[in-house]
Amino acid sequence: MKRSVVALAVMGLGLSLAHAQETVVRLGSVAPLTGTISHLGKDNENGARLAIEDANAKGVTIDGKKVRFELLGEDDQADPRTGTTVAQRLVDADVKGVVGHLNSGTTIPASRIYNQAGVPMVSPSATNPTLTRQGYPGVFRTIANDVQQGGMLGKFIVGSLGAKTVAIIDDRTAYGQGLADETEKAVKAAGGKVVAREFTTDKATDFNAILTKIRGVKPDAIFFGGMDAQAGPMLRQLKQLGIEAKFVTGDGGCSPEMIKLAGDAINATTYCSMPGLAIDKMPGGPEFRTRYKARFNTDVQIYSPYAYDAATAIIRAMQAADSAEPSKYLPALKKSNFQGVIGTVAFDDKGDIKEGAVTMYQYRNGAWSPM
Amino acid sequence: MEIFLQQLVNGLVVGSVYALVALGYTMVYGILGLINFAHGDLVMVGAMTALQTMLFLMGAAPGMSPLTMLTLSLAVAIPVCMMLGYTMERLAYRRLRNAPRLAPLITAIGMSFLLQTIAMILWGRNYHTFPQLVSTAPLQPVAGVFVTPIQVTIVVGSALIMAALIVLVTKTRLGRAMRATAENHRVAALMGVDTNLIIALTFVIGAALAAVAGVMYASNYGIAHYGMGFMPGLKAFTAAVLGGIGNLGGAMLGGIVLGLVESFGAGYIEHMTFGLLNSSYQDIFAFIILGLVLIFRPTGLLGERVSDRA
Amino acid sequence: MNELASAVPWLGRRNPQAARWLIVIVAIAAPLVAVLFGRTWVRVLDFALLYVMLALGLNLVVGFAGLLDLGYIAFYAVGAYTAAFLASPHFGVHLPFWIVLPVAAGFAALAGIMLGFPVLRLRGDYLAIVTLGFGEIVRIFLNNLNYPVNITNGPQGINALDPLVLFGWDLSRNLEITENLSINSLFLYYYFFLACVAGSIVFIQRLQVSRVGRAWAAMRDDELAAKAIGINTRNLKLLAFSLGATFGGVAGGLFGAFQGFVSPESFSLMESIAVLTMVVFGGMGNVAGAIVGALILSALPEILRHLAVPLQQTLFGTVLLDPEVLRMLLLSLAMILMMLLKPAGLIPAHARYSHVEHLKRHGVSR
Repeated sequence: MKRSVVALAVMGLGLSLAHAQETVVRLGSVAPLTGTISHLGKDNENGARLAIEDANAKGVTIDGKKVRFELLGEDDQADPRTGTTVAQRLVDADVKGVVGHLNSGTTIPASRIYNQAGVPMVSPSATNPTLTRQGYPGVFRTIANDVQQGGMLGKFIVGSLGAKTVAIIDDRTAYGQGLADETEKAVKAAGGKVVAREFTTDKATDFNAILTKIRGVKPDAIFFGGMDAQAGPMLRQLKQLGIEAKFVTGDGGCSPEMIKLAGDAINATTYCSMPGLAIDKMPGGPEFRTRYKARFNTDVQIYSPYAYDAATAIIRAMQAADSAEPSKYLPALKKSNFQGVIGTVAFDDKGDIKEGAVTMYQYRNGAWSPM
Repeated sequence: MEIFLQQLVNGLVVGSVYALVALGYTMVYGILGLINFAHGDLVMVGAMTALQTMLFLMGAAPGMSPLTMLTLSLAVAIPVCMMLGYTMERLAYRRLRNAPRLAPLITAIGMSFLLQTIAMILWGRNYHTFPQLVSTAPLQPVAGVFVTPIQVTIVVGSALIMAALIVLVTKTRLGRAMRATAENHRVAALMGVDTNLIIALTFVIGAALAAVAGVMYASNYGIAHYGMGFMPGLKAFTAAVLGGIGNLGGAMLGGIVLGLVESFGAGYIEHMTFGLLNSSYQDIFAFIILGLVLIFRPTGLLGERVSDRA
Repeated sequence: MNELASAVPWLGRRNPQAARWLIVIVAIAAPLVAVLFGRTWVRVLDFALLYVMLALGLNLVVGFAGLLDLGYIAFYAVGAYTAAFLASPHFGVHLPFWIVLPVAAGFAALAGIMLGFPVLRLRGDYLAIVTLGFGEIVRIFLNNLNYPVNITNGPQGINALDPLVLFGWDLSRNLEITENLSINSLFLYYYFFLACVAGSIVFIQRLQVSRVGRAWAAMRDDELAAKAIGINTRNLKLLAFSLGATFGGVAGGLFGAFQGFVSPESFSLMESIAVLTMVVFGGMGNVAGAIVGALILSALPEILRHLAVPLQQTLFGTVLLDPEVLRMLLLSLAMILMMLLKPAGLIPAHARYSHVEHLKRHGVSR
């Protein structure tokens, strides 16, 4: 009882022009809005924002009152420490739910803070399996996790690409290392041989030393777990060193930015994977893409459809439970089952999305095309 | 064997760039006793200015030949860096010439971060694609070793520039004046050398070298961003210390040796430490080398040449 | 306390007694004022106090002993990770904090001695680079020591550190006084950190007037002369290094328990430089300077972060300078301008033992 009094007081103090009969429900969105992957971060925030705007346009009623949703967008700079600070800030600002973060490395520590405060969190892009294995009841994601992604990658590399020997590189971040570990397991399970395991960082530009080492063991395929900012230059150096292996990377490299950075080194032997379906194959994909472009004047990058559905899941759960209080709508969030942009949105008992499909993409004609 | 040779080539290329940057550090240290932390960021400014020029030229004159575009970009980047070097010296370092030891050092650190911040504001934080105007298609492999034209350009170009610098310093009047100032300011001034001018020129020449190094570095990897200068700068300083600070030949040798150590280190460390350490430790080789050199042979490989302070 | 009191502008000289009371009142009332703007500002104050401890520690190394340490944050990391190893689910060890904190301090001191030993005979500039290298080496090891054997859990960091438990009092839980009134844990942490900082200040001021402090002052003024009168400069430098490291270690342990999460990214070169800027900006070699520098340069970026984005949105319609850029701009300008205009810092260290000062103090003016 006291909590809702305080909550309403805070909302009243907030900068929103509160209508006499209208309540404002604040949702948080966290992503790296600055830094090397700011294009992806902004994309996430835009997705959540579009969902909020759609809900406000439709007019949502909770507990008999008209509700207006407000998005508090925060920047975590892809840094775990900033992530925890920002999470605290959102909790202090009394948000009712959070869409975020982007990187697994920031989402996992932040989830602890949200859990302590009892605020549900739905991540549209963090794929590290540990996120949902911590035992926190309010943690969900609308994207397949790296166990599923790595499994698919391993099968693809050994099976579809026919690679018998594989070299694996990761960028030593929580995301890259996690994905590379899962892919390694899957490659071995599919009968492939991992002939090299090398490491770099998420700020490096020179990979010649490790690539030369890899060249010495002549792998059929090379897998890189990391982001587009490294995958692009790495591809260039692969070509410069005359390495002819096929190059595969995960969702971190599956962006238009990677194509730009790789220049003319990218060709049809470059592949990437994305959890979920290709945007054109998503039930609501093409329509989302057009609406997104019209609203934000830029193209969808990677995760905005997932962010859209994450926000929608929270809003729908609030409607179903007829309350914006986390303790009340959390059970409804757990039982989510609706057709979102990406397809069916339903969570398993850990918080992972049930139909965790993974799509492989190949570079063709200047863009990634699904296989 | 083929891996060894390829790592050798990789190391030589990176080492040449380090050597060019190390020259700037060593010249300034020899004459002023100051580690100009901002020197590495001059490398970045050179690369970003060249990038901006290239983008402009590509838009304004799309038919231009790559070589002309490269030359024009260098013709813009080098003077910009030279002016920046001169401004830093004039506004900041000159005033602190007689200040206690820590002050110029701290100012240099601040200058370095200021340059990075300004670059962040002007060009944003994401990585930019740097047009690789000299071809990156590998040439015919020799003994299994792949070399690209840009890499050849870097090694040969650096060698030529370094040779030119040595000629400048040993055979010209200006060079004599520089060496004299490096040895002892006051006596040089007594001998009629305009020490302020010489010091400014040292900064300017170092800045020009940095600009060239920046363009080479960015051309080799195809990317440029605001933070690309700091780490290579630190490593270049390590190279300068390795070779013997204040000693031009030492800086060149130190640069090449450091490049080779990094290349071989990342390639072979797993063998050497039985899997305990791996290539993720590549960045700290430079620092470990620095520590070892300073403990066991503080004057560097070729001996240092720092001015006598009365 | 006298030194702090005399540093208060205007009041310090006229009425040191009142200035002392002012400081105490401000220190105690600060979070109560901050919370009016939002609970998050009390958190900013908590972190500011941690930075004050770091600045005090670095001040020992840079200000008192004159050694430019660019890798100071490594000691902070050692302290935080020790707390993570000894009080978290990572290794399953859960020692109480009154064991963890001294062990963290001890490890940090050890690291300080290990670093200090080989580098103390180096020139100032080389010392700076080598310490920078040390800081980077520590960070890279922390980031990579999870393969082949998992020691530090690598880039994911260590999560769910035990909070500070003081005599059965869990500081991370709000303190229930009555049914409707509870003190938020942020306040509890603030006052605990305040006590730690006060203790540190007392310790350092005692140190300053002791033989060690006077020897440090002599060493800083003229090393050759100090050696000539028999001061063992090498041991004194080592002492400065390890004491400074100890402060860093204690602050690190507190930080780990407070944040509940440690990862290598919190201990980057940027942080070392930030702490150095605080010391340099506030005034090297004196306690008040370090405190003021730390408070200003840790709170100001947060204030700017809060104001900058909306302000720029309304003025320009878009964000030209994002908060991280603003922080870097602030730090770099603070460093450069202070060195050019007022190298001694905002609050210059007084030459405590000079003859002139002595005469002035005893009424014989010159």
